[in-house]
Amino acid sequence: MFRRNGSTCVATFAVDEVRVLRKVAGEVVGLLTDGMDHTDPVVSRLFPDIYPDRPDDSEEFRLYTEGDLKTGKIDQAGAILAALPDEGEGEVRLDGEAAEAWLRAINDARLAMGTRLDIQADTDLGAELDDAVLHDPGSSRVFQLSVYAYLGYLQESLLNALPEIE
Amino acid sequence: MGGMALPQVAPIESPEIEEAPADDRPWVTIVWDDPVNLMSYVTWVFQKIFGYSKEKAEALMLDVHNKGRAVVSSGARERMEMDANQLHGYGLWATVDRD
Repeated sequence: MFRRNGSTCVATFAVDEVRVLRKVAGEVVGLLTDGMDHTDPVVSRLFPDIYPDRPDDSEEFRLYTEGDLKTGKIDQAGAILAALPDEGEGEVRLDGEAAEAWLRAINDARLAMGTRLDIQADTDLGAELDDAVLHDPGSSRVFQLSVYAYLGYLQESLLNALPEIE
Repeated sequence: MGGMALPQVAPIESPEIEEAPADDRPWVTIVWDDPVNLMSYVTWVFQKIFGYSKEKAEALMLDVHNKGRAVVSSGARERMEMDANQLHGYGLWATVDRD
């Protein structure tokens, strides 16, 4: 988890955390680069229609803006990959700009995972995880739920470690 | 046009007469509640993008959370489109509409 150190946000990640963060950031990049499928709910969540009742206007707006939006999202996921140690455990030290990129990238990863996991406003993550473990402790759902919860804590810790705005 | 005078036709009353002053209504950017974004993150995004104070950003975030949506900015259509686009960059669910 992140803590403040002078003007930077610092975290020490264990081997497993580095591996998981590389995996989720890499998955976001993959989702955005493999020719996006706009019928995929994750893509619609990351690139919402700006005019829900006017598909033509939304489409036209998308035409002009989606490229840059996508590049921005790929870059912010890339900021996670760039700051992590190549392998093994290690310390990550983020200046203001990198911390912002991490926050946005963690959020994109959480949105993607939350959509796939069908997280709702009344979802009790702990109970969901208990159910999934009972059903099959080695399942991909157990892993996905754990990572989703972990990313939430990590994002919150980074928000708390940021210097106050203004 | 020829020189023949056209018969005077009384203007047909438009059934959409209420649309006339609609042009004066400002455009708004709306942020919708979603089950994933952290409350602290949404507050931070409002401070970051709009330069709102922490108090104002928090109040807006609570509006989104409790009412399901909140108007976060208003003005010219192009400005609202820029705001919504920026919010999408931060992963918030934003749309543009007439007030």
